[in-house]
Parts: sequence; structure tokens; C-alpha cells
Amino acid sequence: MKEVTVKPSRNNRFRTIARPFAGFWLPALIVIVWQWLSYAGVLNRTLAPSPYRVAIEFWDLLISGTLLHHLRISTIRAMAGFGLGAAVGLVLGVAVGFLRPVEKSIDPSFQMLRTIPHLAITPLFVLWFGIGETSKVLLIALGAFFPLYINTFLGIRSADKKLFEVTRVLNFSIWKQITRLIIPSALPNILLGVRLSMGVSWLGLVVAEMMGSSAGIGFMINDARQYSQTTVVYVGILIFAVVGKLSDSLVRLLERHWLKWRDNFQG
Amino acid sequence: MSDIQLQIDNLSKSFHTDKGSVQALHDVDLQVERGEFITIIGASGCGKSTLLKLVAGLDTDYEGSIELNGKPIPGPGINVGFVFQEPRLFPWLNVENNIAADLSVSKGDVRGRVNELLEIVRLTPFAKSYPKELSGGMSQRVAIARALLREPEILLLDEPFGALDAFTRAHLQEALLEIWHRKQRTMILVTHDLDEAVFLANKVVVMNSRPGTIRRIIPIDLPFPRKKNSESFQAYRRKVLGEFEQADEL
Repeated sequence: MKEVTVKPSRNNRFRTIARPFAGFWLPALIVIVWQWLSYAGVLNRTLAPSPYRVAIEFWDLLISGTLLHHLRISTIRAMAGFGLGAAVGLVLGVAVGFLRPVEKSIDPSFQMLRTIPHLAITPLFVLWFGIGETSKVLLIALGAFFPLYINTFLGIRSADKKLFEVTRVLNFSIWKQITRLIIPSALPNILLGVRLSMGVSWLGLVVAEMMGSSAGIGFMINDARQYSQTTVVYVGILIFAVVGKLSDSLVRLLERHWLKWRDNFQG
Repeated sequence: MSDIQLQIDNLSKSFHTDKGSVQALHDVDLQVERGEFITIIGASGCGKSTLLKLVAGLDTDYEGSIELNGKPIPGPGINVGFVFQEPRLFPWLNVENNIAADLSVSKGDVRGRVNELLEIVRLTPFAKSYPKELSGGMSQRVAIARALLREPEILLLDEPFGALDAFTRAHLQEALLEIWHRKQRTMILVTHDLDEAVFLANKVVVMNSRPGTIRRIIPIDLPFPRKKNSESFQAYRRKVLGEFEQADEL
């Protein structure tokens, strides 16, 4: 009784080399074309400063410590908001996923709240919680809550009924059912929820910081706009893009590690 | 002299749906002795899988009685093992963790039993592999090992090789017989494959359809290992087939 498993081998040399850099080509090309257009004088220097000038500005802001100061405050806000929203979303998603009565009583309300745009609710938050940190963190938390809530709920409900039957014939305890069946099968959705929540947290951060603050990347952008320092605006946007991408990559790394058992189409 | 382990009397089971009720089993009587290998054969929809699920305690809504060692079965328990039609492995656990299921392989006694079972189902080199890397036959062997880990008194198998190709199926039938000889466990296997039913069993139970009743119980007095193309095997096969065809006409 001999059997051999054949592992899909994709030792294509080109792919192995090109893969880590594959995502860089497009932004790099855009920067080169942009720089060239600026150099040729096609672009307005104030509205679209050249990448080189943006880079210089970035360096200056970095050296003076301004950038890190704002980034630190923004990161703390985003993380606090994300932490709060994601934690509540996870707990409620699990509760709603597990217990039908809970789903029936609270899910419709959440689905209704979900459709309200951030910007519409901002004035209310300012009225309720003032213009301080509380309203900012809560606004971010509100945004971060929904993606994780919905995806956790979905993930728990996607657990295979047939595997449930297996846990019954093998006499799993409720605890083992949760840890060996429900959580692993919900994990792909939970991680997707985390990614989406983190993205929304950064978006919520900008809204929160632009509604009135004295520090943070959002403030930096807003402040620079008033003084027509376009390069600073670009640096701020760039920071958002890079930090957003980095945090997303971090979760994807976890995905790759924790979900290596998955047997889905990998493209 | 006979040691009755499983006693089923007047067992009936109906399913109630919106459209009315369907009787799946009617007045089934069956006695299984300790260490026997029983195969249950019947057309699809004859209630043979239902019978197995009732014995496993997965469904406790029935009339009549099912007694294991003289006691009714309250629900799923570790003294009854169950192998499903599909392997139903946990895709996020590797082979050894699938066999251990809710137990921890790092514990000494579990480790030892897992290793023994890996060797019995001949999957020792694949202990760390994930289900996605296994073939259908290998997956089903993991499922059998998993069911055997708690040393069940009875192993119930619900068309376990139905989805496999003929070669793999023949391999697994032999493997199952080897396990049966080694472990001396009672086995009840549901199948729709005539050869499989005769090849494995001490007794073949032929079932009628709609409602499911037991038509005949045919003892197979052939020594192991059996040869599927031998004259005596074919004689038994014809006998079972005869019953089977008559059952179908009803």
C-alpha cells in the first residue's frame, strides 16, 4: 500500500525572483513619469510638486521630528479606536454567530447603524463627547466595529455542519468544539474582518483629525493645506498609504501562517 | 455461548417534514455478537444509514429499543466509533492531530496510541501532512484511525469506501479486515456494494426499502482471507444478489 503525494511545485525561477517586487513596478513607474513631467514643466509646481520635492519635504519633516510626533499621535488614536471597535465587534460577532436569539434581537439594529455614513455622525459625536480624544477614538471604533462584527458572524456560521456531527460522535466538550472547530473555521473570515477594520480605522482617523485637532497626520495635512504647503500634504498622504499597506501586510503574514491548511485556488 | 453486544428490537423511525411523515425504518430486529463483522446492504434510501445513526446515538427520536451491553444508548458516546461516507477531517489539523481530535498528541498515552494507529493504517510518514495533501483513500484511513483512537467497542461505518475508486477500495477493505483481526472490534458496515458486503462480513443483512425493514440475514461461512473470484465466494454473492433483487422488486 504505497502512495505518493505530489506537492504542487512552482519552482519557476522568474516567479520566485519577481514575486516580492511585483507590486512595486506600478508605483515606481508612476513616480518616474511624474518626475519627468514635473521636470518638463508640464505640471503646476504648487498643485503637483515633483516627487523629488516631496522627498525633500519628507526628509525635513523626519529630521525635525514633526513627522514622527504626528505619526505617533495618529497611530495611538488609530490603534485605540481599532482595538476598541475590533474587540467589541469580535465579541458581539461571536455571540450573534453562536446564539440565534441574540442574532434576532440585536443584528437588525446593527445592520441599520452600519449604513449611516461616518461624516453624518461626526457632528453628533462632537456634540456628545466634545472635540477631545474620546470622540476621535469612538468615531474610529465605530468604523472598525462593523467589518469585524459582520465577518466574525459570517465565519462562525460557515462552520461545516458535517464536522459538527464529527465532534458529536467523538464526544467533544463545548470548549473543544469552540477551539477545535468554530474558531479555526471562522479564522479566515475573522482575519479578513481585521484587515477591513484596520483599513476603516485609518479612514476614520482622517475624518476624526480633520474635524478638529492640534496634532496627528490628519491635522498636519489640514494645516499644510491652509498654508498651501502642498508638499506636506503629499507627505501626509504618502504616510497614510504606507502605514495602511504595512498594517495590511502584517495581517496577511498572519493569514499565510495560520491558514496554510487551506486548499483554495491561489491564483 | 453467544455473547450479544448489541440488541435491536422493534425499531421504527419516521421523519416528519412539512409534507407529511416518511417511515424510514419499520420493526427492525437485529442482534450483534461481540467481535462480529456485520454488513448491511440495501438500495439507497432503504434506511440503512438511518439505522447506523440511531445506533451511534446521533438521533434519539425513535420507537423500539436499542441496547448496547443491555443498556439503552443515551447519545453519542466514545464506546461507539463512527466513520462517515466522507473522511470529514479537520482541514486545519495535520494527520496526527486529526487522529487525536480533541485530545492532545503531546500527552504520552495519546502519543503512543496515535503512533500505533498511524502504523496500522500505514500513514506514519504522513503524520505531519495536512488533509489537503492526502488522497481520498489516505483521508479515509485517517478517519478510520480517528474513530479507533478511543478504543470503541463497536465501529460503525457508513458507506466508508463508496466514493473511492475500485483499487483503493479493495486496498481499504483488506486494511479494514486487518484492523478487525488485530483489534477484535465489532464492526457494522453499511454498503451498497455486493462484493464488499460478502467480502467483509460474518453476516450480511439485506434490507428492503420504504419502509426499511430487514429482509434476510445471510451468514457467510467462508474463512479469511477470502478470494473474490473463488467459486464459494461467488456462490454467496449470488445468494445475496438473489435476495437483493427480490427486495428491489417489492
